[in-house]
Amino acid sequence: MQIKKGDWVKIHRIILTSEQRAPQVPEDTKKVPLEMWVKGFAQSDSKLGEEVTVKTITGRLETGKIVEFNPTYSHSFGNFVPELLQIGIDLKDILFGGDVDER
Amino acid sequence: MKDNSYQAVMSRRNEIMKKAIGIDYATFESDGIGFDYEKMMHETGYTLEEMQSIQGETGVGNTPIFELKNLTALARKCSEKGKGARIFIKDEGGNPSGSFKARRAANAVHHAKKLGYKGVIAATSGNYGAAVASQAAMQGLKCIIVQETFDSKGLGQPEIVEKARKCEAYGAEVVQLTVGPELFYQFLLLLEETGYFNASLYTPFGIAGVETLGYELSMQMRERVGKDPDVVVCTNAGGGNLTGTARGLIKAGATDTVVVGASVDLSGLHMASDSQFNKKSFTTGHTGFGLPFATYPDRSDVPRSAARPMRYMDRYVTVTQGEVFYMTEALAQIEGLERGPAGNTSLAAAFSIARELDEDQIIIVQETEYTGAGKHIQPQLSFARDNGIEIKFGNPKDQIPGVNIILPEHPSLIQAIDLDMEKIRKSVVKNAVQNNNVKSVSKEDIQFLMDETGMDEAFVLSVLRELEVKF
Repeated sequence: MQIKKGDWVKIHRIILTSEQRAPQVPEDTKKVPLEMWVKGFAQSDSKLGEEVTVKTITGRLETGKIVEFNPTYSHSFGNFVPELLQIGIDLKDILFGGDVDER
Repeated sequence: MKDNSYQAVMSRRNEIMKKAIGIDYATFESDGIGFDYEKMMHETGYTLEEMQSIQGETGVGNTPIFELKNLTALARKCSEKGKGARIFIKDEGGNPSGSFKARRAANAVHHAKKLGYKGVIAATSGNYGAAVASQAAMQGLKCIIVQETFDSKGLGQPEIVEKARKCEAYGAEVVQLTVGPELFYQFLLLLEETGYFNASLYTPFGIAGVETLGYELSMQMRERVGKDPDVVVCTNAGGGNLTGTARGLIKAGATDTVVVGASVDLSGLHMASDSQFNKKSFTTGHTGFGLPFATYPDRSDVPRSAARPMRYMDRYVTVTQGEVFYMTEALAQIEGLERGPAGNTSLAAAFSIARELDEDQIIIVQETEYTGAGKHIQPQLSFARDNGIEIKFGNPKDQIPGVNIILPEHPSLIQAIDLDMEKIRKSVVKNAVQNNNVKSVSKEDIQFLMDETGMDEAFVLSVLRELEVKF
């Protein structure tokens, strides 16, 4: 995908390779690099997956590989968790009584 | 060219910090292990009136208190006759950025602006990021938030991803990282590059910002029920919430109020572990922060933390993830308040403690937080399930953090567990001695340790004897 100068993109860069990581990190974390993502305006024409310099919203310059064009949010309310429904039903039953037929 | 290797940057940390906070911490240091905490709070903090005015200018504070009548009734149904204190909650979610953290941020950003900084940086994956971003927007400063967001597979906690969105909504730059304590390294590099202010959670002005909360609690309750609350429960992570609230209560003269810290029990999970990162369903307010910071406050991102919870904490309890999620749903279903979940850690604890207290006693949960996509019990439980965590009804005490989340089968099963205060206080002394590498302590040091633990001289001396430290 073609990226034009001025496009808003998300870039990715390795901050510390696994060899450069701090001595105190646990073994599983030491096996992987420290990675960073940041968003900014592309400073030159480029392509998705290629390295580019961006200007962030505060005006800093950062360089990294483009991972997303017009990056958006995909977090949500997740899948339905039926257990949650039961909590309200139970509590109202304890507090206010159930559907007892009082005739 | 500057050496930006991990070791080189870490060795420049004191110099970077001094420029980025504008406090020379050396002026409060004494020989030995101690430092003058009150002098630090006095000289670099603000008076209560000044803080009320600073916060008032941006609409922070003076949040309402709600009485949770249905939850109180529920607690009484689960208690012995005559037991079940009235439960109240301070709706801090009503602050501009949606949490009590606005109080800390208001002060920090105000201070940054006063000192002439062009921008602020904070390292946080929590509500504090949004609070700093919101305040920076109001006060016209630039803002960068550094977050630990993803594991090595690029998978992020929905709660943290939402907080990034909120920061960006206020115009902040968000730098997202994978798991690891080297976040601090990247944070230092950014401070050095930009010359911005370190809006740390742990500066005197940040902590002092929470004093208004404790003060309001006392004033509002005196007006409403004619007395101070018997018990205040604070969700505890880095200790600033509890420290600031307790100091505010003391400033109000509410010296008989019992201050309880509450954390979610995440024992067994390593906080810097890449593979365990997405196995926890709470990103803050848990024991992974609560205990290390309580027993050694100076592990924070400033030379001397102003958050020193063991000076003020009367009791420290844990609750389980399942209990907090359950109470969050209960708050919505029977009180009509959709808040949390992280802030409801203290609500779950308060529900349990209320059952120990008499009916005419008052217990207050001192904060709520906003909720929404990502940051809501449904996405968090759904995310947990997707990550292989079992979710079921049962006895919360059977939980294994990182393996299952047990929602209580009945509200009477919600039971806060007391942590051993003596053991924690001993650790405070032990860490202070060991991290300063001393073999003997002075009279001033002993006084410092008495203040740090809230204990008498006999206690401090007995621990020092155990540690074979001379005095």
